[in-house]
Amino acid sequence: MPAVVSLSNVHKSFGALQVLKGVSFDVAAGEVVAVIGASGSGKSTALRCINALETIDSGEIVVCGHKVHDPELDRRALRRDVGIVFQSYNLFPHLTVAQNIMLAPTCVKDMGKAEARRLAEEVLAKVGLAEKADNYPEQLSGGQQQRVAIARSLAMQPKLMLFDEVTSALDPQLTGEVLRVMEDLARGGMSMILVTHEMAFARKVASKVIFMHQGKVWETGPGAMLANPQTKELAEFLSNDL
Amino acid sequence: MSLTPVHIEFIATGALWTVGLSAIAFVGGSILGFALALARISPVPFVRRCAGTYIQIVQGTPLLVTLFLFYFGLAVVGFDSLPAIVAAGLGLVIYSSAFLAEIWRGCLESVPKTQWEAAECLALTRWQRMVRVILPQAMRIATAPTVGFLVQIVKNTSLASVVGFVELAQAGKLVNNTIFEPFTVFIVVAAFYFVICYPLSAWSRSLERKLNAGRR
Ligand SMILES: Nc1ncnc2c1ncn2[C@@H]1O[C@H](COP(=O)(O)OP(=O)(O)OP(=O)(O)O)[C@@H](O)[C@H]1O
Ligand SMILES: [Mg+2]
Repeated sequence: MPAVVSLSNVHKSFGALQVLKGVSFDVAAGEVVAVIGASGSGKSTALRCINALETIDSGEIVVCGHKVHDPELDRRALRRDVGIVFQSYNLFPHLTVAQNIMLAPTCVKDMGKAEARRLAEEVLAKVGLAEKADNYPEQLSGGQQQRVAIARSLAMQPKLMLFDEVTSALDPQLTGEVLRVMEDLARGGMSMILVTHEMAFARKVASKVIFMHQGKVWETGPGAMLANPQTKELAEFLSNDL
Repeated sequence: MSLTPVHIEFIATGALWTVGLSAIAFVGGSILGFALALARISPVPFVRRCAGTYIQIVQGTPLLVTLFLFYFGLAVVGFDSLPAIVAAGLGLVIYSSAFLAEIWRGCLESVPKTQWEAAECLALTRWQRMVRVILPQAMRIATAPTVGFLVQIVKNTSLASVVGFVELAQAGKLVNNTIFEPFTVFIVVAAFYFVICYPLSAWSRSLERKLNAGRR
C-alpha cells in the first residue's frame, strides 16, 4: 500500500535550537500512528511540518502525493487533504458550531449553504453533537468544543487527520468522549497521526507507536512495544509517565 | 444685542459643515486607514515599513500643522484657489487615516494567531481568512475605540477654522464677535457638539450589543 505520509531525514531548527534531527517514518493508508515522547522532543513540530505550518530545513516530506518540502508546494491543496486538530480547539468564536463547520466547505469547495448545512449536521452526528449545531463555541464544554473541532476537520473529508494532544486541556471525565470519537474514526479506516500522552489509548488504537526523543525517532513498534520497551529512554519515559 | 434665530441658524449651518467635514474625514480616513492597517500586518516587510513610516510621520505632526501644510503647501505647488474645505478635508483624512490604521492594526493583532492558523489549516485563502475569520472578531474589538476616535474627529474639525473654514466653533466665534455674549453663544455651540457626538456614543453601544448578540 502506498504511504499516505512519508518523512525522510527531516531536519528543523528554530534559530540555534535543533528540534528535529533527522526524523524519518511512514504512515500507510488506514494506519493509526501514535507519537509519544517527553515535552520538547519535537512531536508538535513534526506534526506542524507535515501540514506545512513550519518549513523544514532539509529532508523530504510527502503527504498524500504533495511534496511538502518543495518550495513550490500548493499549501491549499495540501490542507484540503489533511485535517489537523489542536490542543486548544481553535474554534471560531464568532460563528455557531454549524457555521464553524460550514465555513471551509462553502469557501474552499464552493458548496451551497443548504448542502453544507446537511454536511455539518452529518459530521456533528458523527461526534455526537447533533443538537448543538446552533450554539456558539463558548456555550459548550471543552470536550464538546474539541469534538466540534474534529467535526470541522472531517467536513473537508481529509485523507489524513493529525491530532496534537487533543485531550491534554480536558478534565479526565471529558477526555473519554473525545477519545471515543477518535477511536471511531480509526475504526472507520481514517489515516491518523496522533501526538498523545494517553498511553492506554495509544496501545489500544495505534497500529504503530513512534517514540521521539531529543528530535529523533528513538523507537518504533506496534502498540505492544509500550509493554516491552527496547531502549532505556523509552523505559524511563514510560515509568515517568505512569 | 442678544442671540437671535438668525444667529442660531448661522451656528446650525456651521454645525452642518462640522458634520460634513467629520464625515469626509471619517470616510476617507477609514478607507485609507483600513488599507494602512492591512499593510501594517502584511507578510511583506517592505509594505509594513512603508505604512509604518507614513503613520509615524502623520502621528508625529500636530493636526494644526498638517492643515497649514495642505492649505499653504497646495497653494505653493499651484493649487492656488483651493477651497478651504478641500484643504481641511485632505488634512483631516490624512490625520484620521494614521490613527485609525493604528487602532485597527491593534484590533487585528489582538485576534490570536491560532485563529489564523486554524483557518489556514482549513485551506482558506489569506483573503478568506481575513474576511471570514479575523475581521469579524477584530471588528467587535474595534467598535468602541473607533467611535471614540470618531468623536475626536468631530471635535478636531474645529481646527479647520485656521484655514478659513467656517465650521461650528468658528461660526460661534463669528457670532460672538457681533453680539459679545460669549457664554450664551458657546453654550449653544457646546450643545450642538453634544447633539452630534452623543448619538455616536449611543450608536457605538448598540453596535457592540448587536455584535455580541447570541454570545452571552
Ligand atoms: N515557533 C518556535 N520558535 C522557537 N522554538 C520553538 C518553536 N516551536 C517549538 N519550539 C521549541 O522546539 C522544541 C520542541 O517543541 P515541540 O512543541 O515540538 O515539542 P513537543 O514534543 O510537542 O512538546 P510538548 O509535549 O510539550 O508539546 C521546544 O524546545 C520548543 O521550545
Ligand atoms: Mg507539543
